[in-house]
Amino acid sequence: MEQGTKAETTGTLRVKRGLAEMLKGGVIMDVVNAEQASIAEESGAVAVMALERVPADIRAHGGVARMADPSKVDEIMEAVSIPVMAKARIGHFVEAQVLQSLGVDYIDESEVLTPADSHHHIDKWAFTTPFVCGARNLGEALRRIAEGAAMIRTKGEPGTGNVVEAVTHMRRMNREIAQAAAAGDDQLMALARDTGAPVELLREVAGSGSLPVVNFAAGGIATPSDAAMMMQLGCDGIFVGSGIFKSGDPAVRARAIVEATTFYRDPQIVAKVSRNLGEAMVGIEIDDIPAGQRMQERGW
Amino acid sequence: MLALQGDVREHARMVAASGGIPCEIRTPADLEDIDALIIPGGESTAIGRLATLYGLVDPLRKRISDGLPTLGTCAGMILLASEVTGGDQPLLGALDMVVERNAFGRQNESFECDLAVDGWEDAFRAVFIRAPVVDRTGPDIEVLASHNGRPVLVRKDHVMACAFHPELTGDHRVHRMLIDLVA
Repeated sequence: MEQGTKAETTGTLRVKRGLAEMLKGGVIMDVVNAEQASIAEESGAVAVMALERVPADIRAHGGVARMADPSKVDEIMEAVSIPVMAKARIGHFVEAQVLQSLGVDYIDESEVLTPADSHHHIDKWAFTTPFVCGARNLGEALRRIAEGAAMIRTKGEPGTGNVVEAVTHMRRMNREIAQAAAAGDDQLMALARDTGAPVELLREVAGSGSLPVVNFAAGGIATPSDAAMMMQLGCDGIFVGSGIFKSGDPAVRARAIVEATTFYRDPQIVAKVSRNLGEAMVGIEIDDIPAGQRMQERGW
Repeated sequence: MLALQGDVREHARMVAASGGIPCEIRTPADLEDIDALIIPGGESTAIGRLATLYGLVDPLRKRISDGLPTLGTCAGMILLASEVTGGDQPLLGALDMVVERNAFGRQNESFECDLAVDGWEDAFRAVFIRAPVVDRTGPDIEVLASHNGRPVLVRKDHVMACAFHPELTGDHRVHRMLIDLVA
């Protein structure tokens, strides 16, 4: 990595992973323009995710979903003082180069967009800008970290307003971390083979009992209770995609989800902020999504 | 640690390793039994908003002005300041200084470096992440370290603030200073 004796070093592992540490306990909101970005910031978001269309619209409209227009990203970066993230397609290293040149604070190599490479993810070590990637299980998370991801999020099932897949992915992650921690040294190679995880990282997880980077919840979170449940399951923070700006009153719902994320262990506060939120986004039952249209299955 | 948002866990580890007992503060009642306070790194706008909403601003100001040893890192430094350049956000005003947010730029400009600190023999490995700097200080503020001539570690009596993240390194010297103030 970019170590050395130089006085100042940018893009180090500590600097990349460190920004994700600062976002912990917070909510990162999907926004498509400056106005939404300002609402998100005023509602207490710790960062915003700039994209062309929220996942629910991508799902509804179909077609190829790509990186946002750079002018959109610029507009959002100018509107807020909090970190701005933006999505690149899986494997699309040039979209990532463009986002880095725009100066975004984090790049999400995201299954919400249409993958650009059906075999490889982006070599994230080649960038100064840190990356967040989705994962459904420990093996997938550790492959992404081995490629240079500095933050992980559950994939869930984006654009559905249905939290069930995010819960499944988080519970699976917790179970597999516990299995790794309980495994003896003599079992780690077999576990690495079965999960597709690089064995060195698996050994690190077995030793520490946790992922080496921050893990947020994403993909289907629509209510304050959803956010608090993901936090109680052990997530470090929350991404809300379509759930806020596809709801009846985005500012009120955004504030409520922020408060539920901080006070996730206090059901009275979660109850208080859940009152009179207006209409939640219309959800989708996972079984109603035709095979081949589940975003979580994108990524390798 | 003020635990509304941010890297609370890293501070907890440092406190435990420096001989303290970490606990999390989310409500005014949580402030009653503490001997020292850490305001962690995070997003100062989000932390300030929640602190205001949940009635923590005045109790925090009172405890700090009554002598509670306090350390703020990054976002915590901003919250302890009396003014933010070009910003309008809730502040505790415990240190008479003007702070500039994101003073080094965006994440691509975030960096680590060896920082000389007054009175310390060895440099401190300082991690700056979208970090603030101090623009102007009042007469009573002691500057313990600067980066390119701008203060990044300051102290006044029992209140300390740094623009970098000592909690992300294995170096306990900054946390040790806070814990020594408790005795």
